[in-house]
Amino acid sequence: MTLQKNKTFSYAKYGYLFSLPFIIAYLVFHLYPIIYTAILGFTDCKGLGNTNWHILKDDLWKNFRTILNNATFKTSLKNTFVLWIMNFIPQIVLALLLTAWFTSKRNVIKGQGFFKVVFYMPNIITAASVAILFNVLFGYPKGPVNDILVSLGLRSDAYYFTNNATASRWIIAFIQFWMWYGYTMIILISGVLGINPEIYEAAEIDGANDWQTFWQITIPNLRTILTYTLITSMIGGLNMYDMSKMFNNGNPNNSTLTTSVFIYNQAFAGSYMYNRAAAASMIMFVIIAFFSVIVFYLMRDRKS
Amino acid sequence: MNKLENRNGNPVYKTIIYIVCIFLTVLSLFPFIVMVINSTRNTPQIQQHAVSLIPSNHLAQNWAVFNGKTFDPIRGFFNSLIISSGSTVCTIYFSTLTAYALVAYNWKLRNPFFTFILCVMMIPAQITSIGFYQFMYKIHMTNNFLALILPAIAAPQCVFFMRQFMLASLPLELLDSARIDGSREFNTFNRISLPIMKPAMATQGIFSFVFSWNQLFLPSILLTNNKLYTLPLMVSQLKGDIYKVEYGAVYLGLTLSVLPLFVIYFALSKYIIAGVALGGVKG
Repeated sequence: MTLQKNKTFSYAKYGYLFSLPFIIAYLVFHLYPIIYTAILGFTDCKGLGNTNWHILKDDLWKNFRTILNNATFKTSLKNTFVLWIMNFIPQIVLALLLTAWFTSKRNVIKGQGFFKVVFYMPNIITAASVAILFNVLFGYPKGPVNDILVSLGLRSDAYYFTNNATASRWIIAFIQFWMWYGYTMIILISGVLGINPEIYEAAEIDGANDWQTFWQITIPNLRTILTYTLITSMIGGLNMYDMSKMFNNGNPNNSTLTTSVFIYNQAFAGSYMYNRAAAASMIMFVIIAFFSVIVFYLMRDRKS
Repeated sequence: MNKLENRNGNPVYKTIIYIVCIFLTVLSLFPFIVMVINSTRNTPQIQQHAVSLIPSNHLAQNWAVFNGKTFDPIRGFFNSLIISSGSTVCTIYFSTLTAYALVAYNWKLRNPFFTFILCVMMIPAQITSIGFYQFMYKIHMTNNFLALILPAIAAPQCVFFMRQFMLASLPLELLDSARIDGSREFNTFNRISLPIMKPAMATQGIFSFVFSWNQLFLPSILLTNNKLYTLPLMVSQLKGDIYKVEYGAVYLGLTLSVLPLFVIYFALSKYIIAGVALGGVKG
């Protein structure tokens, strides 16, 4: 009996032992940088290679106030949300439409495997390369898109897409939409396949059509997955860097500048204002943490 | 009549669906087709007509443009390969080990630890990059691949996924019988659990590799020596002024940068789609 007790006790230590690499790596490479970033937001740390910095004594929240009053930061925060909304709404609408089509029992669509592979493909391609590719495709005056528009007679002359704020925003939103609708569709289809088929059978017996089945059974049962998709997409959107930086470096006139590019520019492009970049990072951290809490509660429910 | 229609669906409705799907297929492929074909054409040809479905014969000429420039796709490929392979191995092995600690053993802090993993799962590494950069700068780890590989040991999302998979597929009785046979705990993990976890490890391995391969932000702040540039960093060089007049070379550079991903994707698309369906990647 004593032996048995000893044995279970000795096994527990392996739980700690085997989690140790994760815990150490997390503390060193993830948690410490979080704390370090938070502290830097309260310091005078600026200039390349400066390791001799001090906590601000007279005005602790100076960097945060500077950032929150900074017109460029406000613009970038607005752009980040606008670009996300511009891509998410069409993305979720198309993904839901395709989900309804691909899971319909009445109208079975052939070649679904092929369509899924093709629709998801852009998601896996390097965002930096995709951004530059689209910049070239929408080139002025001799880019492929202009070539098509002029050849088809839709425009008499080439259009300078990348020089126009609205056009640039729509192009970036389109790229994001184009890269992510396939992903969202696959997640939603797997969600629909997880719904109890008996519910659908009952609906069929009751004579519900595709449209009614979709709104009254599919959508309510997908609520958790839809919320999860919304939040994770928003967190991804709030971090968008590659697309904005590589498509046109936030231009024209900061109209496509995201907060991530703003932070990068503060810290690494010329001015080396690490303290302000850290303060901006922490503001974004709080916004993202707020949305993460929602996901946390969702995942906890799914766990049980 | 009504029954027949029910079984085969509405032909008009189905035709509309196929038309939309074919349109989306073209939309997915067209940019890449233009990219590949234009990488074989020279600047005057592209300037005359930027869209063509007929490849030309200027591939070698476009390749020659890269000679002696900072854009070096072969070097970038190998740098990316080292970082992505290293971080994938770290992520997969240690995430499985951590999941094993969470599933196979009953320890006091097990549930708090798992709750912690759920809490930090959504924190993107990018948001703490300023502190991370300063820290790496202080210990002279900038321009060192290890700064991009070692953090991959702690991948909360991967641990979460591995745990879910392990709960469903690792019989704990198997571990007990291994213990009776005198197997040490670490050996049991390597010899019994890892083979069972192979499907999950393969799926997560693909995503972890692709995620690391596509990363731009962290490499761009940590790697300042252009001999160490990863492929996405090399690609960002294509925006430079030297390529303003070399359209064919820009297309070729882009093609080379995404070629490895196309190979991976079309070889493994079945597993990748199945993995996405399991919710294995973040959005």
